[in-house]
Amino acid sequence: MILVTVAGMILFPIGYAVLGGFKSNGQLVGDPVSVLPSPWVFSNYTDVLFGVNSAAFWKEAANSLIIATVAVTATVGLASLAAFAFARMIFRGREAIYTLFVFGLLFPSAVAILPLYILVRQLGLSGNLLGVAIPQAAFALPLTIVILRPFFRSIPVELEDAARIDGCSTFGFFWRVLLPLARPALATVSVLAIVTTWNAFLLPLILLNGEDQWTLPLGVMNFAGQYAQDQARILAFTVVAIIPAVIFYAVAERHIVSGLTGGAVKG
Amino acid sequence: MSVTSARPSVEWKRPTKWVTISLFLLPALALYLLFVLFPVVQAAYYSLYKWNGLQPLTDFIGLKNYGTALASNTFTTAVTNNVLIVVLSLALQIPFSLFLAVLLNGRFPGRAIFRLVFFLPYVLSEAITGIVFTLLLQPGALVDSGLNGVGLGGFVHDWLGDTGFVMITLFIIISWKYFGFHMVLLLAGLQGIPRELEEAALIDGAGRWQAFRFVTLPLLGPTLRVSVFLSMIGALQLFDMIWVMTAGGPLNASNTMAIAMFKAGLKNNQMGYGSALAVILFMFGLVVALAYQRFVLRRDVEGAVTAFNG
Repeated sequence: MILVTVAGMILFPIGYAVLGGFKSNGQLVGDPVSVLPSPWVFSNYTDVLFGVNSAAFWKEAANSLIIATVAVTATVGLASLAAFAFARMIFRGREAIYTLFVFGLLFPSAVAILPLYILVRQLGLSGNLLGVAIPQAAFALPLTIVILRPFFRSIPVELEDAARIDGCSTFGFFWRVLLPLARPALATVSVLAIVTTWNAFLLPLILLNGEDQWTLPLGVMNFAGQYAQDQARILAFTVVAIIPAVIFYAVAERHIVSGLTGGAVKG
Repeated sequence: MSVTSARPSVEWKRPTKWVTISLFLLPALALYLLFVLFPVVQAAYYSLYKWNGLQPLTDFIGLKNYGTALASNTFTTAVTNNVLIVVLSLALQIPFSLFLAVLLNGRFPGRAIFRLVFFLPYVLSEAITGIVFTLLLQPGALVDSGLNGVGLGGFVHDWLGDTGFVMITLFIIISWKYFGFHMVLLLAGLQGIPRELEEAALIDGAGRWQAFRFVTLPLLGPTLRVSVFLSMIGALQLFDMIWVMTAGGPLNASNTMAIAMFKAGLKNNQMGYGSALAVILFMFGLVVALAYQRFVLRRDVEGAVTAFNG
């Protein structure tokens, strides 16, 4: 069956990495074809999680987490405010400004990278986790706004009238009525933003300059360079580094898929 | 979209006060202008100078950087590689995704699991994926010994070290990572098409292929175009995976525009030249986006977006 073959091809490299992490280098090089390790070697994984490589690993995981938290909070917060204005306010130039954001979905973001490097340096943010988180929030704004706007628009106007009669201000309505109702949409955009920031590579590569600031993707690349002769250790490090993404995927798959297929504007 | 869009309440019929609007809109707009749009404009400005990124901008050289880029073999190879990936993606990856989407559109046990597995690579980091594949593809590693083991030793290549073959290898890995994304997109599109339409065509005497080709496929048009567009924009800015696996090598054979730009700007301190490459990359993106707008008009994007229902 075709589907099973394709699924096998998808899982094959992942399985290779997981099992390879349990092998010794002798096993990996001497007998690459055997599927299961014999004997099972646990030191690669324990070194990464608790042993000699654990300091680097946990530091990088923490950096990734900090950047993702700041970037996602900023982008979802600011995009909600802006999407509210685009969805429920009438003002001159609204569609023009909205189009400006849509434009952000249409060009390759790599274009902005070199001047961004200069800009972040001028702002004194280079080598600072914030210097990565803030631009990432900015880059995530267009997709977030484009997904949120129609959702905000679909909330019945009667609710807004009722809230106003009860004395709600514009912000009060936004904060106490609209945001709680929009929770599914907010979950979706947050999940998409987390995946993007967590996996970001080019931006942190350019903007971070010290080992103690590396995020997981940068850390894995450098680890692979540093331990080029120790493949089993690289595989173990790689596997541990992708575990958060896999867990997250298992939990949030529905949101990722609905967000991307509904708001299919950028991959 | 099932929910009717909001009718502006009496309150909103007159323009909202600018102060309120600004409070909602300005923070996002400021961030976006400063960190996304402004750098793009800056790139165009820097591209007119010979500049190492540190000293004051004084050495204005007009369009010379662009001339240098177009005359450089390294850069034209990079452009060719990007175009190659675009063409291969459209010719192979998207049809393959469509094929799988059609298979998965039926009802059978385990369908959800296949979807889950096919989409999984999309959420993994490109850089980390690249490392795993590098190890798999090293000379004598698992892929080679596997091929030897099943008697296909003739297919063994220096997967990443052969200038003539490296782009093909990379294309396969890129497809590994992204076909599931397109499949899920197309599957959602297929599920939005009422089954009755194809059934009616079958009753009227159309063959299965005809019903698909003349009924389903045209209705899938909007989703397919979104897929094609995303695939093209993605292929134009390829960087992460290639940087990790080959860094553009061997002998620049797997350079892409983004890699050439990165090397010029940050490895060789040619900020002006690197910015010119960025502008050329932007132009490619613009052509794709304009073509997309022209063929699709706005309603497609809007339609795809507003189809979202939480």
